Amino acid sequence: MHKFLIRSFVSSLVLLFTLTVAAIAKDVKAAFVYIGPTGDHGWTYQHDVGRKAVEAAGFKTTYVEGVPESADAERVLRQLANSGHDIIFTTSFGYMNPTNKVAKEFPNVKFEHATGYKREHPNVATYAARFYEGRTILGTIAGTMTKSNVIGYVASFPIPEVIRGINSFTLAAQKVNPNIKTKIVWAFTWYDPGKEAEAAKALIDQGADVIAQHTDSTAIVQMAEKAGVYAFGQASDMDKFAPKAVLTSVENNWGPYYVDRVKAVANGTWSQKDTWHGIGDGMVVISGLDSQMPNDLQAKVKKLQADLASGKVHSFTGPIYDQKGNLMVAEGKTADDGMLAGMMTYVKGVEGDIPK
Amino acid sequence: MIKIVKRDQPSKAIFFFTPVLAIFLTLLAGGIIFYILGFKPFEALKFFFIVPIADKYGFSELLLKATPLCLIAIGLSFCFKSNNWNIGAEGQLTFGAIVSGGVALLFYDQKGFYILPIVILAGAIGGMIYASIPAILKTYFNTNEILVSLMLVYVSKLILDYLVVGPWSNPEGFNFPETRQFSDSARLPLLFEGLRIHAGIFLALAAVVISWFVFYKTYLGFQMKVSGFSLKTAKYAGYKGKKMIILVFLISGACAGLAGVGEITGPIGQLHREVSPDYGFTAIIVAFLGRLHPVGIIFASLVVAITYLGAETAQIFMQIPKYTGQVFQGMILFFLLASDYLLFFKFKFIGSKK
Repeated sequence: MHKFLIRSFVSSLVLLFTLTVAAIAKDVKAAFVYIGPTGDHGWTYQHDVGRKAVEAAGFKTTYVEGVPESADAERVLRQLANSGHDIIFTTSFGYMNPTNKVAKEFPNVKFEHATGYKREHPNVATYAARFYEGRTILGTIAGTMTKSNVIGYVASFPIPEVIRGINSFTLAAQKVNPNIKTKIVWAFTWYDPGKEAEAAKALIDQGADVIAQHTDSTAIVQMAEKAGVYAFGQASDMDKFAPKAVLTSVENNWGPYYVDRVKAVANGTWSQKDTWHGIGDGMVVISGLDSQMPNDLQAKVKKLQADLASGKVHSFTGPIYDQKGNLMVAEGKTADDGMLAGMMTYVKGVEGDIPK
Repeated sequence: MIKIVKRDQPSKAIFFFTPVLAIFLTLLAGGIIFYILGFKPFEALKFFFIVPIADKYGFSELLLKATPLCLIAIGLSFCFKSNNWNIGAEGQLTFGAIVSGGVALLFYDQKGFYILPIVILAGAIGGMIYASIPAILKTYFNTNEILVSLMLVYVSKLILDYLVVGPWSNPEGFNFPETRQFSDSARLPLLFEGLRIHAGIFLALAAVVISWFVFYKTYLGFQMKVSGFSLKTAKYAGYKGKKMIILVFLISGACAGLAGVGEITGPIGQLHREVSPDYGFTAIIVAFLGRLHPVGIIFASLVVAITYLGAETAQIFMQIPKYTGQVFQGMILFFLLASDYLLFFKFKFIGSKK
């Protein structure tokens, strides 16, 4: 009797333990590694909005902000993998090699690397957004709204992602206004309000009356507001920072993808893939259009948005020529993803050279 | 009544006591900040200063982090002891990394025991070249070395940007701003399987020993000390000031350059835009916290290194913003400078009766 009691007690303890373990195992925990502060109102801010969507879907999340792309990234990743996280999103290009290195040591943890191309292990997936589709819309608006026919563009780094955006923007602007010129200033930073504001000022001084940006802070739209020119929000809806200047914003909407991938881990259906989603899949979202835009332009933008989403319109449809007049994409053809991924030449109408 | 009286001579005991006091005050102020932010202060401090180094891996990461800080701070102490304000160690680190990274890329896909020593030497020379600029400008053109060395930091980062975006970028890397991964022959060997701690730590330890010897056993060390107290005295004694300025800058640059080598041929394994999370600047705090003494600098580098690790752990486990790590580093320096007041002044209690 005595033994029986002890035995049943022990076995019920074991059962309880297994049940708890099973319950914990079902609780998928997701971690996010950010390059900047969550309050940048740009790149990192939007990733954090995506993280909150994962929380809202009932999963636990952790994040680490301001992780430098130096030797520190690897330690943060290893610590996250070690502390019970099942899926880790690394949201900057510079985390590519550390992500793959740590993924090798933790085959049971899934890794999702944004904007990279290396998937060296079966537990590493990559994802990025077709921001250039959003820039086609911005270009259309800029080409219509400019009076000086000079459009300014604050760029970050001369990598295909940024060059592609400049080209997509310029092509769309030329389509509605063949006389426009795109002037570029390279800020060589993703986030530096001081530098970005200076770059915007330089462009405004050169006669630009519409400013586009491929950097993350709100400094540029605020500078545009002060100077009385138009601008576009980057990554998040920046309208509230410069209500007069901002015509619309291109928002990075990571939430649906994040929820999808975390759920896939919970269901055991996660698999490695390379995702490149645009307006059609809702990863790129166009914010509300400003009332300063004429009605016919607004209608045109709405239609373009729908056509880009359905695939009826492609941002890079031929004929496209480079600065020297060489044919890049033939008439009636569209640029394939391979060409887009490695795009390192300006199209005709962009001023200056790519810094080499 | 309490009266503040100037000391006849700075107190030696207090000289080494104030860093400890500064750390204690930092912990206290940190606890108060955590409390105001709504975190349990003791738990937060535990995650900040104990949890990160509670296991073997954590401790190895602490040493990994402290290695460049210690190395740079040792170099800086040569400058600071002799009244030369080299603020640009970050630039010397970056330039050292550029030169040694360039050599490592030159030997890409080659084998040979001689490659690593050349890569290391190249880094030291790179740092020395870069440090010689403010030194020469100071000695021959009387420029302010603080400004020159600081500004050169930004120049070095732009050079690095240019190289990794352009000519040195990985040909298979889709034009992303990074070089190829160095071959194993150009990487510092790891000390233990599974840990990131690498042979660079021996460079730091060697620097500690050599600097101790130079500071306390050589004529150069004595000259530095005298120049530190009074440049006029040094001149009067007939020391060759110019030669010494250049020498201390070269030593400092070599140390920073070696720290850069340690990062890129150690844990990183390639050149990209962010080889150092501002080690060159943080090492200034380390040098002063360590009282410009080689042994003090070892302890100081460990203390400051843990603020980096602790900030990560505290964010992962308690969602405390990671930037509090920088707040801690700032507080340490602030309290240290503030408590240095005690070096020169003392409180005297004066009774009411005469």
